This record gives sequence, C-alpha cells and structure tokens, in this order.
Amino acid sequence: MKFIDEYRDPLAARKLAQAIRRTATRPWTIMEVCGGQTHTIVKSGLQDLLPPEVTLVHGPGCPVCVTPLDLIDSAVAIASRPGVIFCSFGDMLRVPGSSKSLFEAKAGGADVRIVYSPLDAVTLARANPGRQVVFFAVGFETTAPANAMAVWQAAREGIENFSVLVAHVLVPPAIEAILGAPDCRVHAFLAAGHVCTVMGFAEYEPVARRYRVPIVVTGFEPVDLLEGIHMALLQLESGRAEVENQYSRAVRREGNRPAQQRIVEVFEVGPRTWRGIGEIPASGLRLREPYRRFDALARFPVAQGQVEESGECLAGLVLRGLKKPQECPAFAVRCTPERPLGAPMVSSEGACAAYYLYGRHRQ
Amino acid sequence: MKKFELACPAPLPAWDQVLLAHGGGGKLSQQLVEKIFLPEFLNPELAARHDGAVVRLGGSRLAFTTDSYVVRPLIFPGGCIGDLAVYGTVNDLAMCGARPLYLSAGFILEEGLPMETLQTVVVSMGEAARRAGVALVTGDTKVVDKGKGDGMFITTAGIGVVEAPAEIVPASVQPGDAVILSGDLGSHGVAVLSVREGLEFDAPVRSDAAPLWEPVEALLKAGIEVHCLRDLTRGGLASALNEIASARGAGMRIEEAAVPVTDAVRGACEILGLDPLYVANEGRFTAFVPESQAGRAVEILRAVPVSAGAARIGRVVAECSGPVLLRSRIGGTRVLDMLSGEQLPRIC
Repeated sequence: MKFIDEYRDPLAARKLAQAIRRTATRPWTIMEVCGGQTHTIVKSGLQDLLPPEVTLVHGPGCPVCVTPLDLIDSAVAIASRPGVIFCSFGDMLRVPGSSKSLFEAKAGGADVRIVYSPLDAVTLARANPGRQVVFFAVGFETTAPANAMAVWQAAREGIENFSVLVAHVLVPPAIEAILGAPDCRVHAFLAAGHVCTVMGFAEYEPVARRYRVPIVVTGFEPVDLLEGIHMALLQLESGRAEVENQYSRAVRREGNRPAQQRIVEVFEVGPRTWRGIGEIPASGLRLREPYRRFDALARFPVAQGQVEESGECLAGLVLRGLKKPQECPAFAVRCTPERPLGAPMVSSEGACAAYYLYGRHRQ
Repeated sequence: MKKFELACPAPLPAWDQVLLAHGGGGKLSQQLVEKIFLPEFLNPELAARHDGAVVRLGGSRLAFTTDSYVVRPLIFPGGCIGDLAVYGTVNDLAMCGARPLYLSAGFILEEGLPMETLQTVVVSMGEAARRAGVALVTGDTKVVDKGKGDGMFITTAGIGVVEAPAEIVPASVQPGDAVILSGDLGSHGVAVLSVREGLEFDAPVRSDAAPLWEPVEALLKAGIEVHCLRDLTRGGLASALNEIASARGAGMRIEEAAVPVTDAVRGACEILGLDPLYVANEGRFTAFVPESQAGRAVEILRAVPVSAGAARIGRVVAECSGPVLLRSRIGGTRVLDMLSGEQLPRIC
C-alpha cells in the first residue's frame, strides 16, 4: 500500500538502525512528543533495533491523558443530564473520572455517542432540534481546525442546540515546560508530525535556540521514527540545535494557513491545566467572545469541585518523560486497561497502555 | 431439607453494571464468563471452553453450540444477519471437528421492522443453510415493542456429529505446533463498519462470511493430526490466539509479515485507527497442527476456495502461560495481547 509500505520496510529500517548505531557515541535521551509515535515505537518493537546509547522517553502528547480529571467529571455530569446527546471521539470514553467514565455513564443511561468528526455532532444537532448536542473538543493543534470548523458552522447556521466542552492543548508550551524543569533529562525532541501539518514548525525555532535543543519534526511510521532519531543524533553528535523536518511529505514550515485562520477565528490562547503536570500558562485554547455561547460549561453549570488524583499513579512523571511506565509500582498490578488508575493506561495514545499492550515481555 | 447457605456462591464482579465492553470478546467478556457463568454452570463439557461442547450420546459424539447475533446494519456488503446466524453456528461446530447437521433459530423482532427486511434475511438464511449442508429444523419468534430491540436479533443453536478421531480442544495443542491461518483478515469487520460509518472504497470490501466445514473436512480426510481449531470472530485473530494460549498454558510466536491482510482492509483500518489483528471475521479460522504436517495442511487448505489464502503464521512454544509474541515487520518484538473491550477509534 503506497505511503505505508515504504515506511514499514524491513530493509530501510535495518539500514537506518545501522546508521544510528554508527552515529551514537555517547548516551543520549530523545523524547518523542506524540503518543501516536510512542505506540508505533512500542508496537513495532523499534527499541530492539536501537543501540544502548539511545534512550527514548515518552512525552505528553496524549490529549486524553492530559485532560484534567475535573473536566472529565464535568463531561460525565453533562452527558448524564436528560435531553443531552454527548458526542466524543472514542478514545475519551474509557478514561476514568473521579467516580466514573463516560462508558459507565452510557451504561447508566446517558446518551453518549462516538463520532469520527465534530461535524457529525453538528449534523446530529441539526437533526435533533429538541435535544442539546455537546461535543467533547479534545486534542492538540491537529484536531483544533475541525473543532473550530464545527463551532463556526453551528454559528453560521444558527444551530443553537450545539455546544462544545473545550479541552484543547498546545504542544510548544508543553515542550518548554519540560525543558524548563530542573530535572529535565531530554537532549532532543521528535516533534509531532501531525500537529506540524497544521501549525508548521516555525514556532519551534525559538525553542530550539533558547534551550539549545535539536527538534526534528517526525512522522508516525517505524521508518519515519528511525530517520527522525538518526537526524536528532547527527545534530547532537555535531553540537547543532536546529529544527529539522523529517516529515516533509506532509509538513511545510508555514503549515496549513487556512486551518490556522479557522482556529484563530474561533479560539484564543489561554492558560490550561494539564492532568499530571499542572497549569501551564498560554498552553490551551478557549472559545473567543463571539463564540462563547457555544461553551458547554457555561450552558450547563456543573459543580466543579476539587478532585483528588490517585496517589499511586505516576502519570505526571510518565508524561514528562521522568519515568517509564513499568517503573510505576502499580503498573500491570493495580493499574490495568480494565481497571486504570490513570488516563495513560487507557488511551490509545497513552504510554502506559502502549507498554501494557505491546511491551509487557520486557519486564 | 437442604441447608440454607449464607455464603455467596460467587464473588461479585468488579463492575456494578454490564458495559458494552463485556460483549466485545476481549478480557471483560472473559471475566464475565469466568466470574458469573462458569461458577454456576460448571461441568466437564463446559470446562473444555471451546467454541462448542462435545457430548456423548449412546455410541456417538455430538457437538452442540449456540450463538446470538446482533449486528447493525442488518444487511452489509457480502452478507446479512441471516448468513451470520447460520455460518457462525455451523462454524463453531466445524471448530469441534464436527459435521454440522441441524440448526434451530430464534427470532426477536422489533415492532415496525419492514417485512421486506425480514424476508431478505430469511431468504439469505435459507441459502446459507443449503450452502452449509444443514437443515433448520425448529424455531421460535417473538416481537418486542418499538425501541426495545435493534430491528432484529437472531439466536441459533446447532448440532453436528464429530468426525475428528482425536479431541480438537485447546488442551491438545503441543509446543512446536504450527499456527495456520485460513486466509486474509478483517474483511467482515471492515464491510460492516464501512456501511455504519458511511465510508466508501474504490472496490467495496465484502464480508468473508462463509461456512468452514469444507476446509476442516479436507484436513481430517487427508489424515492431518488437527490439535485445535478456532474461528476468528469477535476480537479477531489476536483474541483467538490468546484464548487458546491461556487455556493451554503455552506461548505463541507469530510473524506479522506472514499474516495476510488485503490492501483495502489495511487502508480502511489505517483510516479508522483499527488493528486488523483484532477486527472480526466470519469465514476465517486458525488451525494448530504438528510442524511436520504444516506444509501439507496449508496445501490442502489452499485447494478449498474458502481457505485459498491459507498461510503458516507462527508456532507454539513451551513457555507456560507465556504471552503471544509478535515479530513486527521491521524485526522488533511485541506482545500481541487481548483487548479489554472493543477497539475504539482514536483522536488523531
């Protein structure tokens, strides 16, 4: 299959693995930002091909994992209201809130539906004028244009029974938060290719300069990741710290301008709390004033109390690359995909889920 | 008088209500069976935990099985709920090494179901039964209020005569056995999803729904020592291999590059964020045979149209309760686990 097979090719992978072995002379720690990349790494057994000098740590790029607990509780509360159709990407449904997940709310009678696109939720709202349709707008910059488009379209058509529960986060502030921490041990980053298809990579250039850290925009297939790792190592070994683009078949420096314009029209940047990490200034998106009437939190007041995270879950350390999932004492013992303590164990982009599903033989 | 027991016969399950994932064919389904059903119903036939039970009646060995069918949409490219209700049950019998003979069918119909839909489904069932060589000898119909059923649910039960000389059960699997797959994976699940999600492909993916006694009979007639068979329905190849590995207390090593998946199914799975190894099939099975007979078994299967795409995909290893490991295309190794519930489409 074109555009897939060549990036899963065993020969190409072997050649890149040899090049990586030749290049690495010292221990280096590289963080792949996106949870999709983490899953490719563990699922393809890519770490078997790397020399001991190269350590991969897994970043915060799992939107489900960083959505705060109180927001999931709000989602459950809104979904459980009579007359509400609550729409979400499938990934979000299993994530535990403080008392239950959206799946459990559904089993309890809530009308929770999986959609593939936020525009499907707008269509549902159009078809059910007597119901309130709420979409859980989760994600990084990748999903922001479509989510913005849904709100924009609802506004244009006057579909007032549609609203969004916004939990949008941005990658560059998260990278800076990781780099700025005193315990940071990351030498280079593989930036999330799909985020950059939307945003481009110019915004990473000041980060690379300020922190003297190589950043390689990288794709999601095994050969992409090996090439991204090789490009990062070449920079590290030669003392360079630049932004490079491995994923040039999809990403341009300026990104997708019309998509960016739609985001800016509907959303503005604001502070956001990241589950397991805490509040990061200017790291999230919220609705701009003309669109605030579509804010589900304003439309459906729900009690937002202080909620306690499980004391045992190390999700925050895993999301910042400070611990590997199997270093958590609860991993695969008291925390499993069936009974998760934290979100990284259930999301299809969560690092703990990747290690549980594909990497348990390494323990 | 029987003494009144205060003690609860089975520990309460971890969940206080049934979730959709309990029906997904993954770990939660397994827990439901182990924690709720087995403690109450346990007997030697059930304990074999195969697709059907083998019971002795007089001098003969009969295979007996039942299955319920709930699918949306009721009609999809390559089949409908009626074909599934026939093939699913005859295939469970075939997986016991039994020639399927008789079926029963129970229909739960929702008020308002178009008569034309019912007619289409019933005609398909008749054709499927003739193709599978079984007779539908008894049945039942109930109608429920509108909104209380998803159009139509069908339950079938089946009886067959075991023709395999040795027991075909997970316990018969031996370390060193070859794992054979009867054809390409995932077309049933993708055919159903493509209608459900409104996806269109250049060449539509059609369900692989088909009866599987013919290839099984071919293996048995050729004298292949079949240790175990399992059809790959809900939960796909990955779940079937894990069920057998855990029931037998053995491990498996699978070669990803040897597992056939068509480009159309791969493409659809890429778009939907699904793994073809977990996608449902209705006309595929795995066979566990001695390594020395693996080549011949593949040849025999390839000569039968429904298993023309058969391939050897791995082997059984001794490691007690070791996991199923998969060697990826690029040469790395990973666990091929059972899912908790259904696969969910991901965010980006």
